[in-house]
Amino acid sequence: MTEQYYLSSSPHMHSGATTDKVMRDVIYALLPACLTAVWFFGLAALTTLLLCVASCLVAEAACLKLQGRAQSTLADGSAVLTGLLLALNLPAAAPWWLTVLGGAVAIVIGKQVYGGLGYNPFNPALVARVVLLISFPIQMTSWTAPLASASGVDAVTMATPLGEWKTAVMLTSKLPAVQPADYLNYLTGNMAGCLGEVSAVAVLIGAAYLFWRRIITWHIPLTFVVTVAVLTGIFWLVDPTRYPDPLLHVLTGGLLLGAFFMATDMVTSPVSSTGMIIFGFGCGLITVLIRLFGGYPEGVSFAILLMNAATPLIDRYTPPRKFGAVGEVVR
Amino acid sequence: MKIKRFPGGLHPPEHKSTAARAIEPCSLPDELVIPLAQHIGAPAEPCVVIGDTVAKGQVIAQPRGFVSVPIHASSSGVVTAVEPRLHPMGRPLPAIVIKPDGRDAWPDGLEGGMNPLLVDPLTLPPSRLRDMVRNAGVVGLGGATFPTHVKLSPPGGKKINTLILNGVECEPYLTADHRLMLEEPERILAGIDILRRILGVERVCIGIEENKPDAIAVMRDACAQRDIEVIALKVMYPQGAEKQLIFAVTGRQTPSGGLPMDVGVVVQNVGTAAAVADAIIHGRPLVERIATITGPALVEPKNLRIRIGTSLRHLVAECGGLREEVVKVIMGGPMMGHTQLSLDVPAIRGTSGLLLLDKNAVATRSEGPCIRCARCVSVCPARLLPTTISAYARRDMIAEAERFNALDCIECGCCAYTCPARIPLVQSIRQVKGAILAKRRLS
Ligand code: SF4
Ligand code: SF4
Repeated sequence: MTEQYYLSSSPHMHSGATTDKVMRDVIYALLPACLTAVWFFGLAALTTLLLCVASCLVAEAACLKLQGRAQSTLADGSAVLTGLLLALNLPAAAPWWLTVLGGAVAIVIGKQVYGGLGYNPFNPALVARVVLLISFPIQMTSWTAPLASASGVDAVTMATPLGEWKTAVMLTSKLPAVQPADYLNYLTGNMAGCLGEVSAVAVLIGAAYLFWRRIITWHIPLTFVVTVAVLTGIFWLVDPTRYPDPLLHVLTGGLLLGAFFMATDMVTSPVSSTGMIIFGFGCGLITVLIRLFGGYPEGVSFAILLMNAATPLIDRYTPPRKFGAVGEVVR
Repeated sequence: MKIKRFPGGLHPPEHKSTAARAIEPCSLPDELVIPLAQHIGAPAEPCVVIGDTVAKGQVIAQPRGFVSVPIHASSSGVVTAVEPRLHPMGRPLPAIVIKPDGRDAWPDGLEGGMNPLLVDPLTLPPSRLRDMVRNAGVVGLGGATFPTHVKLSPPGGKKINTLILNGVECEPYLTADHRLMLEEPERILAGIDILRRILGVERVCIGIEENKPDAIAVMRDACAQRDIEVIALKVMYPQGAEKQLIFAVTGRQTPSGGLPMDVGVVVQNVGTAAAVADAIIHGRPLVERIATITGPALVEPKNLRIRIGTSLRHLVAECGGLREEVVKVIMGGPMMGHTQLSLDVPAIRGTSGLLLLDKNAVATRSEGPCIRCARCVSVCPARLLPTTISAYARRDMIAEAERFNALDCIECGCCAYTCPARIPLVQSIRQVKGAILAKRRLS
């Protein structure tokens, strides 16, 4: 025996997929949303995006160093992705320190304390968003009008459509009037809101890319959006003067960004298709409850975080039905 | 018509570059190393000693027990050793070594077989046919090497109504069954007639993946006069796995832990059917098989008709030698084959292919944490949670792994193939399966 060959367990072929490529694909899918954010909110948006990503990378590097782990995982793209997602969940007017703090919270409290990528039970970007929202409610809800800088005016404050509705109903028990033209603005993103929330079109373009690359499946986003549409539709049919129509619910706020990019976060959502459907439904239900009856105008982040907490339980009770569990099936 | 398939699975690149190459004979090697363990079940017991002269096809080892088959000399010559030799399973195991005399002679000067049958085989009683299959040493040639006579002896009470011929060949690179169907359909059909007679089944189907339209056409043509369905199946790995094939063809799910006969089905590989025909009609035992010798490291990949016991080194030389440095030598296909330490290992009855990979074809990336992407879950044909089972397996949590149905894993490799974190899922699941079975034996 002269040569000795490499012994290994089958399979001896691999699809070529890597964690880095998965992360990179999600980052690419977020680019349309980032670009529209910069278009509508100008330099402020760009600064927030860059600062947030930088903060996440620095926090990740520091954590890896403290734990004595290889810095190579910095390149897997997961910290960049968390940074982008968090930035897209911040208002354009967020002060720089809030952004930097958010990035650190996302990585340290949202991810690394649990052991890093793959072990965090909650979506890190959402953990940071909620921590910031509770700690700095004023800064986190100071919305600016889009295209303000383009028109030469300094940042003009403006309410989000959902916020406007909530305030109006609280004060007058009546919905503010919505013009048909407003829907076009909701679609393109010409409204107040977090950087990534505003443009439904940009989010959907990114989502289409994720589907095409098979990074996400329909189960979570579709169930999430349909649940919100159906439940809000019922209330709207019952009392259209008090409850906004389902289209407004779907197009405004963070629903689409949340449904396609955050509820689908692989690490924190169930692995079986049944589990994903339950997860999507739960997200939708909680979102509607908070939007219609809670104190906050928007409930997507809370809903996803709560369902993140339920994920281990869902996984436990929704294993796929193993092949051969029945004698015969008729197709 | 809806193209038939099973749940889960994936479609790796096919690499079937040898599909257009006709089957070629392989030259006689200087030495034949014929292991006694070439089938599932008890190894055979040698019945020759050093110095004996043997004819081609002569029995050199007798079966031990029902689930066992005899072993035959694959060429004429002299027995030079009966000793442990490196076996494809990775360790030295008892083997009979023959130095061929170069005449490659069957006994008594018979041509191409030992005992040609002079009557119509279909007039013989099934029990007689089954004995002849066994005496010829026929085992499943798809790679599982389960003794064929055992599969053809359903215990009383089990009614078999469907015979499925497996011509799927879903493993990338391999084209041996494909070529057999194209070049020797009559052999397969003669075998099918005999199998049908033994089992007394009504329905006979041949399942072939759609990526072999020429084979589908040839088999359909050949079956024109017979009551045999040729079924085109979706190109989806592991379509050729027994339970997945049964599901695609009949819609029946073989119960977990059960056998195909529990749903009234027997599956035989097309190569096995051809071997049955040889055994019955020509009295020719299983001394050779068709195998695909291929891979990017090889100068000239081929489909060869090889004698059992030929060393892998000889097969490589037969294909023009190596053009790249080999990193991995795999017996079988890339998804389920076994790596070999050396080329000084014999090809055996279960050797459907030999794959030589160079460094470009071998994935070298280190493992990362599971990102719970669920890809492994969606491709698993056994409908398991590979990530969960593997996580338990790696913490030695055997009972939990068992609860998540680790034993239902068919080790197809889909999960590890698709995992972006490069976790060796199959390896850990295979280990925990062993641990579960060991625990069961103890209790
Ligand atoms: S494919 Fe790999 S990374 Fe994805 S869930 Fe399965 S084990 Fe985890
Ligand atoms: S768990 Fe087993 S059956 Fe499922 S994909 Fe992995 S190897 Fe195949």
